[in-house]
Amino acid sequence: MTTIDTRPDADAALDSVGSFFACAAAWVATTDHKRIGRLFVAMGLLVLTASSILGALLGFERSSDAGTFLDVNALLQMFQMYRVGLVFGALIPISLGLAVAIAPLQLGARQIAFPRVALTGFYAWLGGLALSMTALGRNGGIGGGDGDMVDLFVAGHGLMALGLLAAAGCVATSVLTTRAPGMTMRRVPLFAWSALIGSLGLLLVLPVVFGSVVYLFVDNRYAQFNFGGPEGIGAWLGWVFSVPAVVVFAIPALGVAAEMIPVTFKRRQALRGVAFAGIALVGVTALSAVTQQLVNDVSWDTGQNTSEFLKQAVPFLIFAGLPLLGLVIVIGLGGLTAQGGIKHAKPKITAGFVFSFFGLGMIAVGLLGNALQSIVDLELVGTVFEEGAVIYVVYGTLLGVLGGLCFWAPKLWGRVLPEMQVLPLALLGVLGTVLAGLPLYIAGFADQAGGVPATDIDVSTLLTTGDVSQAALWNGLSAAGHALVALTVLAFVGLLLKAFMSGEQAEVNPFGGHTIEWGAPSPAPAENYDYVPTVASPEPQFDMSSEGSMS
Amino acid sequence: MTAALPAGPIAAPRRQLFVGTAVACVAGTMLIGGMCAIWVLIRQRHVDAGERFAGKYIITEVATNVMLMTVFALCLFAQWAVYSGKRGDRAHTGLALGVVALLAVAFINAQSFVWHDMAVPIRENYYGALFYALTGTMTALVVIGLVFSAISAFRTLGGRLRDPEILSAHALYWYFTATAYSAVWFVVYVTK
Repeated sequence: MTTIDTRPDADAALDSVGSFFACAAAWVATTDHKRIGRLFVAMGLLVLTASSILGALLGFERSSDAGTFLDVNALLQMFQMYRVGLVFGALIPISLGLAVAIAPLQLGARQIAFPRVALTGFYAWLGGLALSMTALGRNGGIGGGDGDMVDLFVAGHGLMALGLLAAAGCVATSVLTTRAPGMTMRRVPLFAWSALIGSLGLLLVLPVVFGSVVYLFVDNRYAQFNFGGPEGIGAWLGWVFSVPAVVVFAIPALGVAAEMIPVTFKRRQALRGVAFAGIALVGVTALSAVTQQLVNDVSWDTGQNTSEFLKQAVPFLIFAGLPLLGLVIVIGLGGLTAQGGIKHAKPKITAGFVFSFFGLGMIAVGLLGNALQSIVDLELVGTVFEEGAVIYVVYGTLLGVLGGLCFWAPKLWGRVLPEMQVLPLALLGVLGTVLAGLPLYIAGFADQAGGVPATDIDVSTLLTTGDVSQAALWNGLSAAGHALVALTVLAFVGLLLKAFMSGEQAEVNPFGGHTIEWGAPSPAPAENYDYVPTVASPEPQFDMSSEGSMS
Repeated sequence: MTAALPAGPIAAPRRQLFVGTAVACVAGTMLIGGMCAIWVLIRQRHVDAGERFAGKYIITEVATNVMLMTVFALCLFAQWAVYSGKRGDRAHTGLALGVVALLAVAFINAQSFVWHDMAVPIRENYYGALFYALTGTMTALVVIGLVFSAISAFRTLGGRLRDPEILSAHALYWYFTATAYSAVWFVVYVTK
């Protein structure tokens, strides 16, 4: 050793600091779609956890006297934080993030289309979310008392919409242009198809949000003549935080379940083209969102004539019925595939499948709620029933995305999550979702007021549950459900980190996946494939398996 | 190490930039469509209340009509750039893109003139905020098109003349802009 040598442990420390910064820089400026997608999902899960905890606190607040848990003066902003967090902070980024991370891999692409645009989209979304939340924290938001912060809240939403649009455009372009040789649109994997439909849905819905934001910002900043000032923002922007708009954002989660059913039951997807049509039909909700078909005045009076009834019923059937039909098709074909599979081989039930299967079910309950809520005769408009439907859709999507992370963990991290530890979390997540959503459905039928509050009077209405019998019970149960969902996410992330730090290296195709990403190494390298494979069927990996060669 | 799927041939280009531009145009159509719909809704409310919607302001019709002709001329010259690019005609491609940029600047200039000439105050009544929000967004779309023209010119004249995709995407964007302005022109300046 000479005097100029440094101590080995100091070298190691310097190396680790250097490698940390190198790693951080690689993530911050990454053009790898898998990293960009994971950034979206990670931040989305973080916001979802915070929103769930906030939802729990608000639920307990609604089940007790005002001011018991939270500052009454801050409740207006807290209700909005909860709703913005659930939809713009969690639902859209986690579903879009999974699509960004996985769809190009499934297509046999080396990269997502316009990766720098996708990364810019992530930062724009994150910046917009930070601005919106900051504005809410400083007396801004809908009906806020600080004019500048109200403007900041609106501008933040514009930035979020632009960022998410950028990422959605990249996903849609990827599916349309970067498929492997031989992969026609009919051979696209079901998840990639759902990513395309979900992205197109975002491209139809978010520009309308952005246009509204431009009007609201200019009017609110300079005039306040047309849109009702800060209190009026909710009337023009509130639809995007509610059903049916939120269903559009959940479509990739349907694709996860549709993708995993054939893998679990070791069969080819039955009536593949019809399954494509089913997922696309759910996308009709994009039209019901942008045309503001939020209420369908369908009268069931038997005395009216047929043409009058049809005039009322047809819009309802198109905007609320078709998406529901689409979901029924997806579930029905899943059942058909499973039925065929059980006859031939023992299914391989994984935690990912359980997560995504229940996620699909929860989204179905939310979509059913959307259809019921829009029927005026049921008098559910303006009640917490709508919040229950949103919760089912958001948490159902969460379960679907967590299922997707379990399933594709070998490709993203090179690890398989511990099945026996993750499986209970799926059941905990389902329990949390049902507890968070179902009591609000019941309270909605009992006329408990709901919605996104725009004034302190609205907040008082939300907290006034005196006329609703057992309101404290329903709201308390819902709060407990939110807490369980937050616990599920935290535990899932903990298991993911544990598996990443100390788990065993995953095999190339540990679950018997059918699509070409299961031919790539685990984890998939930066450019996904050593060479671009040729695709001759919708299930190229399954073709090479023993089950596939027999079917 | 990848699985035993056979390697495919080098993938033929699938016009990624063109498709990406088309996707952006779909979003842009929804943006302008949504904004026009809100305009029509607000206008209807004021008309129902017995008010004259544009109030005392007089639309500068000559300038706005010339702007409409300009955006359609833009499409013509953008398509000329595509045609010239495919033929490898560097001079005509450059000339066409230059004219496109010039017309885009002329459009922005005309819009500035309309704003100046109509002198609508943004704070005093209901019309100002609506007017500047919609026409401002439309102008922003034209500015984006101008930037697109500049990038197309740099790439094409910088040696990628035989790669006509960017020129096709550029032309598509201007077709979209012409359609969007047609809607804005009809809603803001014709129905008033």
